[in-house]
Amino acid sequence: MNALKVDVRGTTGALSIDVSFSTGAAPLLLVGPNGSGKTSALMMILGALAPDRGRVSLDGTTLYDGDAHVDVPLERRRIGFVPQRYALFPHLDVLGNVAYGVPAPSRAERDHLARAALAELDVAALAARRPAQLSGGEMQRVALARALAGRPRALLMDEPLAALDVSVRRDVRRFLADRLRALAMPTVLVTHDVADAEALDGDIVVIEAGAVVQRGRLADLAAQPQTEFVRQFVVARTRPSP
Amino acid sequence: MPGQVTDTQPRVWRERLIAIAWPAAVGGLSGALLLLVLLPIAGLLFTSSPGRLLRGLADPLVAPAIRLTIVTTIASLGLIVLCGTPLAWVIARRRTRLWRVLETVIQLPVVLPPAVAGVALLLAFGRRGLLGPSLAVFGVGLPFSTAAVVLAQSFVAAPFYVQAAVAAFRQLDADLVLVARTLGASWPRVFFTVAVPLSWPALAGGATLSWARALGEFGATLMFAGNLTGRTQTLPLTIYTALESDLQTAQSLSIVLVAVAFALLVAIRAGARR
Repeated sequence: MNALKVDVRGTTGALSIDVSFSTGAAPLLLVGPNGSGKTSALMMILGALAPDRGRVSLDGTTLYDGDAHVDVPLERRRIGFVPQRYALFPHLDVLGNVAYGVPAPSRAERDHLARAALAELDVAALAARRPAQLSGGEMQRVALARALAGRPRALLMDEPLAALDVSVRRDVRRFLADRLRALAMPTVLVTHDVADAEALDGDIVVIEAGAVVQRGRLADLAAQPQTEFVRQFVVARTRPSP
Repeated sequence: MPGQVTDTQPRVWRERLIAIAWPAAVGGLSGALLLLVLLPIAGLLFTSSPGRLLRGLADPLVAPAIRLTIVTTIASLGLIVLCGTPLAWVIARRRTRLWRVLETVIQLPVVLPPAVAGVALLLAFGRRGLLGPSLAVFGVGLPFSTAAVVLAQSFVAAPFYVQAAVAAFRQLDADLVLVARTLGASWPRVFFTVAVPLSWPALAGGATLSWARALGEFGATLMFAGNLTGRTQTLPLTIYTALESDLQTAQSLSIVLVAVAFALLVAIRAGARR
C-alpha cells in the first residue's frame, strides 16, 4: 500500500487548519506563505499537535482518528522527522545521534546499523565528529541518516534547505532529490522555494491561511495558478514548463 | 542674541561641577558598600592566626558539628535534587496558570524570614502541627531530630535549585525533544538522555547554590530542630553557641565557612562562564 493519508482539522493559536492530502511513494511538497499552517499540519501528522477532528493513516494503519478516538503516541508512529535546523543532539557525536533511534538489542548491533545508515548517505567518515564540527550540508545528511536509521514508514522534512547557504543549496538539493526518489517512501517536505519543487518533481499541495487552495504538479500550478501566492511561486521557476 | 551668551557661563560651571561630583559620588557610595562587606571579612581573617585557628577548631563541639553538617546538607541536597528535578521539569513544560502559581509559591522560602520558616515548619510537622498527630501514630517525632535539620535546610534551599533547573529546562531546544520522541524515545528516555545531559551545567550550578544555602541555614533549624550537640547542632548553630563562651572557636569556624562559601562562589562563577 505504502501510502500516507492525511485529513486533519484543528486550531493552533488564531489559525484554523483544514488540510487533506494523500501521497504514495513519491515526495509530496507542502507549499505556502509563512504562517499559513504548513508546519502545524506537519506537527499534526507527527502527533506533536492534536487535531480536533480528522484522520491520519499510514500503510493502512490508523495513526489518528478523531471519531474513533484513536491517537497513536508520537514515539510509536514511526515517522522520521528532519526539522528545519536539523536539531542534532549537541552532546552526542554523529554516531550517537544516528544510533539514538535504532531499535536493536545490543549496543554493537545498534552502532553497526547506525554506521550503515551513515554510509548510505556517504557520511560514514563523520561518525566520531560532534554536530558543532559539521557544515550545514553535513548536518542535513546526518539528520536524514538519523531519521532513516530506525526504518520509519514515512519521512517528514520541514524546510530542509532553508538553513543552508545559498552556495551549497543546489548541490544539497540535488543529493536530497536523488535519495528521496531512491527511498520510495511517503515523504512530505515543507518548502517555500520553487527550486525544491523543480528538483523533487512531486505533487504539490498549496496551503494558505490553514486551508488547501490548490494541488497538482508544478506544471499544473504554472498553467493555472489559482491564487496570487501560487502565481508568485511559479514565476520564480528557472525552467518554464513545456 | 545676547541672552544666549550669558547662558553659557552657568552651563560651563554646571558641567565642571558634574565632572567632579559625579565620580566622587559614585566612588564614595560604592566604596562605602564595598567596605561594609570587606571589613567584617577582614576582621574575621586578620584578628586570627594559623595557631589560633587550629586551637579554635580543637573545641569538642567542632568535630560533631562538622560531621552533622556534612551529613545533613548532603541529605538535604539529595532530597532537593531528587524531588526538585522532576518538579522543575513539570513547571518548565506546563504553561497553565496553576503551574505558574506553584512556580511562585516554591520561590517563597527565598524571601521568607527564617524565623517564619521555623514557625511554619513547627506548625506543619510539630506535635500539634498539621501532620504531627498522624506522624505520632507511627512513632515519628520530627521536631528536635536530625531529620528536622534536613527538612529545615531543604525548605530554605530548595528554591535555589528548582529555579535554576526550571530556567535550564525552559532553554532546552524544543526541536531536540520532538526529534527524540519521533525516534521512538519515551518521556523518561527524553528526560534522562536529552534534557538532563544538556542542562547539566545549570543543574550543577543550582545544586551548588542550594548546598551553600543549606550549609548556612540557621534560624529555621534553631526553631524547628533545636540546638542539640551531635544531633541538630550544625556549624552555624555551633558558631552561635561558641560565641557565648569561646570567641576563638566561633571565629575559627566562621573562617572555615567563609573559605567554603568563597570556593563555592568561585565554582559557580567558573561553571557559569563555561
